[in-house]
Amino acid sequence: MSFLVRTKQKFSRLFKGLFKKKQMRIGIYGPPNAGKTTLSNRIVRDWTGDAVGPVSEIPHETRRARRKEGVTISDEGGNSVTIDIVDTPGVTTKIDYKEFLEYGIDSDEAVVRAREATEGVAEAMHWLREDIDGVIYMLDSTQDPFVQVNIMLIGIIESRELPVIIVANKTDLPDASPSRIKSAFPQHPVISISGLEGTNVEELYEKMIEYFG
Amino acid sequence: MKMIQGVQIDLISADRLERLTSLEKVRLILEKVMEGNVVVLEKGLSADEQSLLIETTMREITPDGFAGIEMETYSGGSSESHKGGGLFGGIFGKKESPGRLTVIGPANQMKTLKKDKDLISAWVSSR
Ligand SMILES: Nc1nc2c(ncn2[C@@H]2O[C@H](COP(=O)(O)OP(=O)(O)O)[C@@H](O)[C@H]2O)c(=O)[nH]1
Ligand SMILES: [Mg+2]
Repeated sequence: MSFLVRTKQKFSRLFKGLFKKKQMRIGIYGPPNAGKTTLSNRIVRDWTGDAVGPVSEIPHETRRARRKEGVTISDEGGNSVTIDIVDTPGVTTKIDYKEFLEYGIDSDEAVVRAREATEGVAEAMHWLREDIDGVIYMLDSTQDPFVQVNIMLIGIIESRELPVIIVANKTDLPDASPSRIKSAFPQHPVISISGLEGTNVEELYEKMIEYFG
Repeated sequence: MKMIQGVQIDLISADRLERLTSLEKVRLILEKVMEGNVVVLEKGLSADEQSLLIETTMREITPDGFAGIEMETYSGGSSESHKGGGLFGGIFGKKESPGRLTVIGPANQMKTLKKDKDLISAWVSSR
């Protein structure tokens, strides 16, 4: 192998390394059913044409984190950000396989689902400490934001000094109250959207370019 | 041994907690909670310890066995957790303020766990 080739390889590795570094890994966190997968599918579809994973009203449909690499989001002003999107299972401190039985899933399958969900949450928590560079924290704005898991998770994210955008989702529903979320987390930007209908996602994209760029 | 119906409450002093590493704290808490006890910490866990606790809890869950935890705490608050810590606190990892009084119990026995400004109420059933 000639010196030149080796040097070239070294450089391309170096550049790859640099590029990887620049590509922020953005985790979508939040409680089960907040709409994380719906939003990550929308982001990925809007900017690459693919999808990330299945959406479901059954909690913990996303049992293992899914990621989509190299998603470039840009605005009309020519600003852009390239990110890896990590769709995580809902964050929780408890999982009982019997919950799945209520959705007509048989108990063997429920046990498997619960096991996958626990592994997925453990993994998502681990990544938050190890390799996430920014967070989109999703909340269902028809639900009370002042629950311990949310406060705890936001605290964990803050202690890591990660940039975080809070999304108040499901604004299409009549009892949505994004203002309750804004008052719960005044220290962070809160963007109200309907991930399902796509309402106001442009504002979220703008904020992502500003915050994660 | 004849079982007396009831729930054991373990109050762990700030002194004892201070002598333990993060991993030891998490192990101690889970050991007690998995026995069905309610654990009260005089001084809470740091954010990293909380995340380690959730991760370890998830790894201990089994069907028809341990179903996870319920937890309430008075945290240091986000402005406080940054005070004096800043970037270097983040790098050296030790400066962040731990939460205050914390109650942790087994999810399948803690029927309600509510927090007010100055009162945490737990309703716990025996197994
Ligand atoms: N009305 C309404 N429903 C939504 C919205 N986003 C997601 N959902 C629904 O909420 C449920 C959970 O969505 P999913 O994306 O799987 O949530 P995840 O558990 O956080 O990944 C599904 O039934 C979705 O169709 C929204 O903006 N508005
Ligand atoms: Mg999901």
